[in-house]
Amino acid sequence: MSAVIEVNDLCKSFGGLQVTRSVNLRVEQGERHLLIGPNGAGKTTLFNLIAGDLRPSSGSISLLGKPVTRSSTAMRAQLGLARTFQIVTLFGRDSLLHNVKLALMGKSPMRRRHWGSFERNRALSTRALQVLHSVGLADKAQWPLEQTSYGEKRRLEIAMALAQDPQVLLLDEPLAGLSTEERETITTLLRGIDPSITIIMIEHDMEVALAFADRITLLHYGEVILAGTRQEVVADPRTREIYLGH
Amino acid sequence: MKRALLAAFIVVLLFLPQLTGGVYYTNLASQALIAALFALSLNLLVGYAGLVSLGHAGYLGLAAYSFGWLMTHLGWGHLAAAVAALAVTTVMAGIFGLIALRAAGISFLMITLALGQILWGLAYRWSSVTGGDNGISGLTRPSPFGIDLGNPNNFYYFTLVVFLLVWAAIANWVRSPYGASIRGTKDQPRRMSALGYNVWLIRWTTFIVSGFLGGVAGLMYVYYNQFISPHSLSLANSAEMLLMVIAGGAGTLSGPVVGAALVVLLKNVASAYIDRWIMLLGLVFIFIVMFVPGGIVAGLSRLRRPRLPAGAGPEKTPAESAPAVEKTA
Repeated sequence: MSAVIEVNDLCKSFGGLQVTRSVNLRVEQGERHLLIGPNGAGKTTLFNLIAGDLRPSSGSISLLGKPVTRSSTAMRAQLGLARTFQIVTLFGRDSLLHNVKLALMGKSPMRRRHWGSFERNRALSTRALQVLHSVGLADKAQWPLEQTSYGEKRRLEIAMALAQDPQVLLLDEPLAGLSTEERETITTLLRGIDPSITIIMIEHDMEVALAFADRITLLHYGEVILAGTRQEVVADPRTREIYLGH
Repeated sequence: MKRALLAAFIVVLLFLPQLTGGVYYTNLASQALIAALFALSLNLLVGYAGLVSLGHAGYLGLAAYSFGWLMTHLGWGHLAAAVAALAVTTVMAGIFGLIALRAAGISFLMITLALGQILWGLAYRWSSVTGGDNGISGLTRPSPFGIDLGNPNNFYYFTLVVFLLVWAAIANWVRSPYGASIRGTKDQPRRMSALGYNVWLIRWTTFIVSGFLGGVAGLMYVYYNQFISPHSLSLANSAEMLLMVIAGGAGTLSGPVVGAALVVLLKNVASAYIDRWIMLLGLVFIFIVMFVPGGIVAGLSRLRRPRLPAGAGPEKTPAESAPAVEKTA
């Protein structure tokens, strides 16, 4: 199988601070890949490099076999990359429906249309309602986002990423800050994702994350310490020492 | 309700010369409409794209000086000079956008301020072209279809037509799918790129459209005054346009119009009674910023709709809020 994401010798420095050091990462199609490591290990930086929000200092990234090291975030999204953010990054003043419609429009030629109404676009609204329905938020479609709960916002983030019909999904701590009940909702949602979609996830909830992951990469101070199958990484003493330990 | 207000507003505008019955007031209304054109064009950038610019008077100057120079130095006709002036302004907006959009936030503001000041400096110093401090005078108004715009009433209606056209165009644009993406880049630029939108291109397009419409307003300005001098490009003028937008309500369709009317009225009416009318203007702005930070229009609509008690949820129930969809998709 060919790699959906291939990261080679990737480095990123902010001034004198090296946050990503010669990282190599290879993720196959349909794989559930977990990134773990202590705080400040450079997990989110690696996500930002893969998504295109940051430019690497050196090294290369390819997405679905295409070199994207110098491509913009938008171009990578058009190729089939979608992501969620660690901190909720949504359109707070707009309705849930509006949020999903923006997500749907991002990959449709409609985004270049300068006439007609966005609010009253029937095709877009219908599809957006379906998306909201699939994550159990259809009854709140018209609610302004800021009036929904944190758990609902996280669900919406995932729904918006999935609405884009991605080939690769980057999930940055989808469970962080959620109640037990909400965690279950999201876990069920994650399990239900089409198995052909490749997922890379950063998550600290080991119970959920380990059950989810096929392969795991352990990062520490920007370096890949360990990469392998779930069993290999869990069994390795370094995982315990660096991450699970203390 | 909104439609009724809009209709009433347009009717008042249509009969304004008859209602006020005086050249002074008709000219005042023309001035207010021209100021509103500036505010509307700047609002695209400030209110919808979230890019606060302090160089908008530059477009006024570019359009007005290009027009004046082409007419007085090259002897071009009205139509050709107007079209060329708009073209020059639009191209320049494109170039300015390339420079200014390398930054965002306060840096963007500083760059637009600098670009505006460069134009002002050129108008002031490049005397062989601009006439320096004296500006370019002796310009005339066009006579489209044989209608003499030298007549204040005719000119008012001409301005009204341009104003309504620009207003309708902007209203249509901001509610279009593209308009939704412009507002998206204001609120969450990072999310917008992650969703596949070219945020830079969206901002640049908005910047150019804003500049072009600023040029349209600049043409109307020079038609009205039949004179252009460096003063019109000054930072004070740019700041005044920005204040119109913010005072009226950035990111709304009616806000900039209300703000422009307020400033023009204060300027002309208050200055007849008080010498220090600028101080009065300042006080009004301080009042607005302190008590209705969203602008006059936002403040008024808040008065009409009482606030919900905390935690009451949205005002609509899901049943009655099924998405409004067009019959023909």
